[in-house]
Amino acid sequence: MTDVAIGTGEAVVFWILGPVALAGALGMVFSRNAVHSALWLVTTMLSLGVFYVVQSAPFLGAVQIIVYTGAIMILFLFVLMLVGRDSSDSVVETLRGQRVAATVLGVGFAGLVGAGIARATRDTGIEGLGDAGGTGNIETIAGVLFTRYLLAFEVTSALLITAAVGAMVLAHIEREPGSRQTQKELSRARFLTDRPQTLPGPGVFARANSVATGALLPDGRTAEDSLATGIEPREVEQMPRPTGRAQLGSPDAALGTTDEPR
Amino acid sequence: MSVTHYLVLAAILFTIGAVGVLVRRNAIVVFMCIELMLNSVNLTLVTFARATGTIDGQIMAFFVMVVAAAEVVVGLAIIMSIYRTRRSASVDDANLLKY
Repeated sequence: MTDVAIGTGEAVVFWILGPVALAGALGMVFSRNAVHSALWLVTTMLSLGVFYVVQSAPFLGAVQIIVYTGAIMILFLFVLMLVGRDSSDSVVETLRGQRVAATVLGVGFAGLVGAGIARATRDTGIEGLGDAGGTGNIETIAGVLFTRYLLAFEVTSALLITAAVGAMVLAHIEREPGSRQTQKELSRARFLTDRPQTLPGPGVFARANSVATGALLPDGRTAEDSLATGIEPREVEQMPRPTGRAQLGSPDAALGTTDEPR
Repeated sequence: MSVTHYLVLAAILFTIGAVGVLVRRNAIVVFMCIELMLNSVNLTLVTFARATGTIDGQIMAFFVMVVAAAEVVVGLAIIMSIYRTRRSASVDDANLLKY
C-alpha cells in the first residue's frame, strides 16, 4: 500500500473551508427567508467544489460549480421568485415537540455516524489517484464512463428526457378554447365601467420620477389613481407651493409685474 | 489530517440536511436540504475514490449529480403545480390525502 500523505496546503484548505461549509449548511436550515437559505446553500456547494478539486477530482469540482451552483440553484431561485419569496416558513409546529425531537435525533445521528466513521477509517491510508487525479482526470473518467459504465450512461439520457417531459407536463396549464376573453369583450367590459379612460401616470418631480411616486392633483393632493398597486407609495420632498389668491395676491403681484412697492 | 476528516464532515453535513428536512415547512427549503444530503454523499464518494485509488467513486458521484439535476427539475415542477392549486408552498398544506 503506497500511502500518499496529505500536505499542509490541503489541511489549511480543509480547516478554512470545512467550517465555511458547515456554517452554510446551518445557515440554510436556520434562516427564515428561503432566498437566504438558497444563498447559504450556494456557499456550502462552492466549498464542496473546492474540496473535490483538492481531493484529485478537478472535473467533478468544475461540474459541481457549473451544474449545482450555476444551474440547480438558479432553478431554485427562479421557482422561489415564481412562488413568491415572501412565502416564508410558518413557525407553527404541526406536531408538538417535533423540532426538539428532530434536533435531538440529528445530534444523536451525527454523533453515532461520526464516531463510527472516525473509528472505522482511522487507519485508512490514501492510495491516491496519481495522474488520474491530476491532468489525466478527464481522460480517465471518460475512458471508464464510455466503456464499463456505458449502459448506465445511456440510461441517463432516458432519465433526462423523462425529467424534461415530466417538468413540461407538470408545469403546463391547459386552457379551454374560448375561456380567454377577446379584445372586443375586454374593451366592452371596460367601457361599461365608470372609468373608461386610462389611469393617470405617476408623478414626475425634480427629485423622483419612479412609479412609486403619486401624481399631484391641481389642489396639491396626491391622485390616488396614479399610485401603482403592489408598491409602497413614496413620499417626495417638494417645495412648499403657494396656492390660491390668498397667498399670491393679485395676478400682477404673483407675476411680479406690479408697479406698486409692497 | 486524513480521509476521516472529510468523511466526518460529510456525515455532519448529511445530518444537518436530514434535520432540515424534518424541521422546515417550506417545500422548496426541504428540497434544498435534500440537495445538501446528496452533496455530502458525493463528498464521501470522492473521498473514497481517492483513498482506494480507483476512479469509480468519481463516476458514481457524477451519476449522482445527473440524477439530482433530473430530480430537481421534476420536484420543482411538482411544487409549482401544487402552489398553483393550493396557493401555498408549505408542506403542511398538502394534506388532502390525509382524510
